Amino acid sequence: MTDTTPDQSLPAYARSLGVKVDRIENELPVLTVEFGANVEGRPGAFHGGATAGLLENAGYAALRTVLVREGREPVLKPINITVQYLSAGKQKPTFAQGRITRLGRRNANLSVEAWQDDRDRPIATAIMNILMA
Amino acid sequence: MSETPTLAPKGFDPVEAGKLFFKFGHSGWLGLRYNDHADNWVELELPWRKDLLGEPHSSVLASGPIVSLMDMASGMAIWQTADTFVPIATLDLRVDYQRPAREGSSVFGRVECYRRTRSAAFVRGVAHDGNLDDPVAHVAGVFMTIGADPRTKDKPGSKGDD
Repeated sequence: MTDTTPDQSLPAYARSLGVKVDRIENELPVLTVEFGANVEGRPGAFHGGATAGLLENAGYAALRTVLVREGREPVLKPINITVQYLSAGKQKPTFAQGRITRLGRRNANLSVEAWQDDRDRPIATAIMNILMA
Repeated sequence: MSETPTLAPKGFDPVEAGKLFFKFGHSGWLGLRYNDHADNWVELELPWRKDLLGEPHSSVLASGPIVSLMDMASGMAIWQTADTFVPIATLDLRVDYQRPAREGSSVFGRVECYRRTRSAAFVRGVAHDGNLDDPVAHVAGVFMTIGADPRTKDKPGSKGDD
């Protein structure tokens, strides 16, 4: 991938999966991934794992954005993630944005949504807990 | 070869299915491999790879690929338990991370299907990096069946070879 900023801020896994920062909305990044072979599960549909990967990256990106704003740069460690799949991801770009539900000193609780055409009809959502060490 | 993996006309063989599944798409990209199975569980392997790392300045696999590994192992555990390839969709998947996987180490995902109803299948499993008793993550999930085995529609048991 030859893109420089701001995608370089994403982890190797995210860049390798093809995840990019699409835009900043309400001061938090919206990530996107195009449909392609590397995210395909059932023929013609996103793999649940790829959707989860996008959700998780959007969660981390939101948290990092908020932490940087507060002048904090802790190492982030995953505690858990629960993904709800609402409808199949079709052959089109998928977007995701995370929201911080609670930011503590050691733990952050996030909720993340992924959608395709219509933001009000998410295809998957996730709840994540992240430890800040 | 067509887009849809061609499986044996009936039953489910995780070894043979793996050969097809892991050639294409997301699981092919991740390089997933079949490792082991029994009546109601399947274990797959996710080889360590530099471009799957999570945090900068760390050599630990990102958690995303582990979700993919467990999702795939879940599906195969359900087909293995049902002994048929019914299309399924993930409803809910939860992963509790216990510790980072060891640097440079493959992660193995072993998932069992412990309950099936007419329309749902429940799974649980662990991800580990060599020792089942020292897991990297625990996983629990629910899947829905979304139709009949596509192979039974056209050729009912034409080549029964199990």
